[in-house]
Amino acid sequence: MTGFPWLTVLVVLPLAGAIAVFAANERSIKVTALAVAVANLLISLPLWWLFDASSGEMQFVESARWIPSLSINYRLGLDGISLPLVLMTTVLMPLCILISWHSIEIRMRSFMAMLLIMESAMIGVFTALDFVLFYVFWEAMLIPMYLLIGIWGGPNRLYAAIKFLLYTLAGSVLLLVAILVLYFQGGQTFDILQLSQGTYSHSLQFWLFLAFFAAFAVKVPMFPFHTWLPDAHVEAPTAGSVILASVLLKMGTYGFLRFSLPMLPDASQAFTPVMVVLSIVAIIYGAYMALAQSDLKKLIAYSSVSHMGFVTLGLFMFNIQGIEGAVMQMVNHGITTGGLFLCVGMIYERTHSRQIADNTGLTKPMPRYATFLVIFSLSSLGLPGTNSFVGEFMILAGAFLWSKIATAFALLGIILAAAYLLWMVQRVAFGVPDPHILPKLRDVNLREMITVVPLVVLIFVIGIFPNPILTRMHPSVEKVIARVFPPAAEHASVIPRMTPFTPSVERITAPTGPMFSQETKTASEGRP
Amino acid sequence: MSDLTDLLIKLIPVFPLLAVLVNGLLGSRYSHDLAHRLAWGSVGLSFLCTVGVFTDVMRTGVSHEVIVYQWIFGGDLAINLAYLVDPLTCAWLLVVTGVGFLIHVYSVGYMHGEAGFTRFFTYMNLFMVSMLLLVMGNNYVVLFIGWEGVGLCSYLLIGYYYDKVSAAKAASKAFVVNRIGDAGFLVAIFLVFINFKTLDYTKVFAQVGQLSPDMATAIALCLLVGAIGKSAQLPLHTWLPDAMEGPTPVSALIHAATMVTAGVYMIVRNHAIFDLSPFAMSMVAFVGGGTALFAATIGLVQTDIKRVLAYSTVSQLGYMFLGCGIGAYTASVFHVMTHAFFKALLFLSAGSVIHALSGEQDIRKMGGLSNRIPWTHRLFLIGTIAIAGLPPLAGFWSKDEIMAHAFTHHHYLLYGMAAVGALMTSFYMFRLTYLTFYGASRMDAHTAEHVHESPMVMVVPLLVLAFLSIVGGLILGFPPEHGWLHGFLGPVVGGGAEHEAGTGMVILLMCIAIVIALLGWGLAHFLYAVSPMTAEGWAERFSGAYRVLLNKYYVDELYDLLFVEPLKRLGAMLDWFDRTIIDGIVRGVGRLTDWGASGSTWMEKHIVYAGLNVIGYGNHLAAREGRKIQSGMVHHYAAIIVAGLFLLVLIVQLFAQM
Repeated sequence: MTGFPWLTVLVVLPLAGAIAVFAANERSIKVTALAVAVANLLISLPLWWLFDASSGEMQFVESARWIPSLSINYRLGLDGISLPLVLMTTVLMPLCILISWHSIEIRMRSFMAMLLIMESAMIGVFTALDFVLFYVFWEAMLIPMYLLIGIWGGPNRLYAAIKFLLYTLAGSVLLLVAILVLYFQGGQTFDILQLSQGTYSHSLQFWLFLAFFAAFAVKVPMFPFHTWLPDAHVEAPTAGSVILASVLLKMGTYGFLRFSLPMLPDASQAFTPVMVVLSIVAIIYGAYMALAQSDLKKLIAYSSVSHMGFVTLGLFMFNIQGIEGAVMQMVNHGITTGGLFLCVGMIYERTHSRQIADNTGLTKPMPRYATFLVIFSLSSLGLPGTNSFVGEFMILAGAFLWSKIATAFALLGIILAAAYLLWMVQRVAFGVPDPHILPKLRDVNLREMITVVPLVVLIFVIGIFPNPILTRMHPSVEKVIARVFPPAAEHASVIPRMTPFTPSVERITAPTGPMFSQETKTASEGRP
Repeated sequence: MSDLTDLLIKLIPVFPLLAVLVNGLLGSRYSHDLAHRLAWGSVGLSFLCTVGVFTDVMRTGVSHEVIVYQWIFGGDLAINLAYLVDPLTCAWLLVVTGVGFLIHVYSVGYMHGEAGFTRFFTYMNLFMVSMLLLVMGNNYVVLFIGWEGVGLCSYLLIGYYYDKVSAAKAASKAFVVNRIGDAGFLVAIFLVFINFKTLDYTKVFAQVGQLSPDMATAIALCLLVGAIGKSAQLPLHTWLPDAMEGPTPVSALIHAATMVTAGVYMIVRNHAIFDLSPFAMSMVAFVGGGTALFAATIGLVQTDIKRVLAYSTVSQLGYMFLGCGIGAYTASVFHVMTHAFFKALLFLSAGSVIHALSGEQDIRKMGGLSNRIPWTHRLFLIGTIAIAGLPPLAGFWSKDEIMAHAFTHHHYLLYGMAAVGALMTSFYMFRLTYLTFYGASRMDAHTAEHVHESPMVMVVPLLVLAFLSIVGGLILGFPPEHGWLHGFLGPVVGGGAEHEAGTGMVILLMCIAIVIALLGWGLAHFLYAVSPMTAEGWAERFSGAYRVLLNKYYVDELYDLLFVEPLKRLGAMLDWFDRTIIDGIVRGVGRLTDWGASGSTWMEKHIVYAGLNVIGYGNHLAAREGRKIQSGMVHHYAAIIVAGLFLLVLIVQLFAQM
């Protein structure tokens, strides 16, 4: 493209920054870290305009040989799906550093370095075009996150950190298995684009889908693999929670979209009923759970389970509305839930409690804080004019084309979202504050304003002008859909409808019979 | 000329939006005076634009469609932010900006000295923007944006006194109950989308004939669910009386004159779909008739001045629904307009009473105010006569038209319900007037000392509304069925007088309506002026029924029992399930791994180490010590992982080759 190695710079700069933080003197640690994160943001911004919205191909591609004997390459690229996610990451990182300015009391140096290493790994995951490279970044995220929770977390941090690590590691191992199998079946290559073009036997797809599912469903997290999330969130420091909710959870849905759908289109179709049911269970279950929580972080953690259910629901609709809505919602959830966690972090810094009962009546002493909390909550419950409405509306429109019953259940989640969020706001923002905590309740200061205002602006900008994001997404999303439903087989503009629920069980169990017979043929063809 | 009109249309919502931005972001930096001038000034400008657009539409009869920009584009889902201004929209625009302007001016006096003065006007302006989008949108999604926007403002303004717990609760309740209706509305939007592949009104209504009767019924019923939520009809009416926790101008603007009529707007806008489904139509009619009667009975015994008016609003909205359900769309819109005049007048006069009594709202502690606050008294009386349905005031014409339509189209049951409701309306409104303004004073001494007439800034808007309440009906809808409004709206809602009733019949029905209204007045006069003891006696004799009415049929308690409590219990139950069962399984798996690791440690110690006779005991000891902090296991995990990994690759390979 332009010749400038944009993506390599985005990946390497934070890593170099981490080294710089280790080398910096005591006083300039925070400033160095912030400068690096802001520089990365500034470097990432031009991509938005340089990106060619009319193309669904990978752009800004960089390629270098890495381990030629195993045909492992260093390849990075960006398409309409990863572009918004990369930008979301670069926007959030400076905010994470700012919110940790005073709240981190020990080992500031390592903390900032971990954040920057995280940023490298996260951008790497979104841009990697080689499966091994992807896996390296994928695993590289675990360690800093593990340490962020385990060192700087709350009282029960070790339990939460180990749980997080083992849970995601278990999924990752299966992902690695799938990658290796694909390498052997897909013509001895780790090239993601090339693998996405291949055809694989039904049975292979079936098993690979399960392996991918293990890795991605844990990350999303989908019901019933979600129990690591509340623990991790409650114990993590604010910046950790923000990264976890805003970026790490997206890795799961990004994985489904980047790998499961285009590489395993038949299995993805066959598994659709399962995915839809799990998504809807997550939407409703997460909402009910959120309703029952008395801890602010847990409440938001469960609301994430509910919201991510919408994303997985949209992805497996295989239509433009569903998938674009899902990608929108990935970005929106990052912005909105990130904002909510920032708000919880601010109040925790003041009252040292995350319990709703300990933080009531905040509007009077902290009017600006209450305003932000209400805006983030309204965005989270999908009010029109805010970002989340666009995503949820598109997902629901897409889902409605597939199954009316499924959508009806998902709508229940929207009603419940209003209930748990407004009930939270009612208890936290309204009423009269406890006189004991009143002296601690000083309003949001300038540094904190800087951390939340960009998110508020994004909430409204995306809510009012979603089209620039959508247009950049169209060609890439169409490409994915074309993989699942090859254009030749597509009947006019009718979106293939699957019979919901009851027959769906057959759809999954059925492959065992014909699958094995079919597979002998394909496998023998595939063998060199 | 058309270009100018298009420009004016675009400008209508822009002024309040600018005021929201300026007041919302900078409001704390300058004086209250600037804030309120911006607020009512912007609404005033919108009103002037509306008048300009209105005169053009009236003169030419042309509808205007104006696209501002493309909002969402994905696949065949293309949604514009675009406006459609036709006579129906004009009718609502005039009410929203006109009455809205008067209420903004009134608020300057009413909210004087309140702590959140600027915040109040910011929310009010935001409400105006949302309401304008709601009635101006050319497609369902813009309607929905406005729909949710007004809901948000309603939420914010009900919770305006945020340190009051009851206000906070009422605000949340209003929003959540509305969300139930919104879910129905969303389903309707999606149904329209999959049937027509577009969400623009003009395109949808142009091909509405293709709709199967079942699908039309489904869409209409889903729309009705949305309308029921927003317009506080049975069974989602419970939020509106609680919404009276908001400041009185809010009750007048949002919870009487404009927002709550959005459901009626939605039905009239979609009349092409409703017309296809007789079943949905009769549902609309009976929801309306039922609510009109139900709310009126509760209004009979309430003791809070604003709550009586709230139930009366629910009841009057029922009449509008009834009108829609029997196809009397023009009459319904007519009633929306006259109701906006007299109900805003009543609420604002009630606000003036409350203002005078330093915040007292209980009518049992009022009485004898007619000569203390004479202006307010006269204005309130005008409102009462208008709503009671005595000619020539506004309410008579519109309500009578709905009732007459019901009778002449042989909906006798609905007519009966409406007639009984009308009797009750007249009774409870005059009861309210008598208890507030006549008889002996029941105020405490402290309050009585401070009674004062409201300032001019509050009285002048009331005078305008009073004028409209008196002559509005004659201007808009006289003679019945052939008034100006009928001609104006005819092109949109169609119909006209296809079922002409004889003049004699019309006059007879009018006479009956007048008798009903007078009867209600007479009864109130007897019970609250002539023989006050009788009222108490009746309350005692029918104490069971009285208590049921006073407690609003225990609907709130029933919903708590049926929905709210089980919901909370289910939440707690799932919480237990999540922690104990699901997380239990996770921990169980963890423990299994732990045992496996212990096993391998044992193996290492007793077989590998012993067998090779290596001095690895120290290493093992370190591992055991380290296990106490869990991380000593990592090398075991790693070993297991690597072994398992190869096993898995092998298995999958085998499977794939089979």
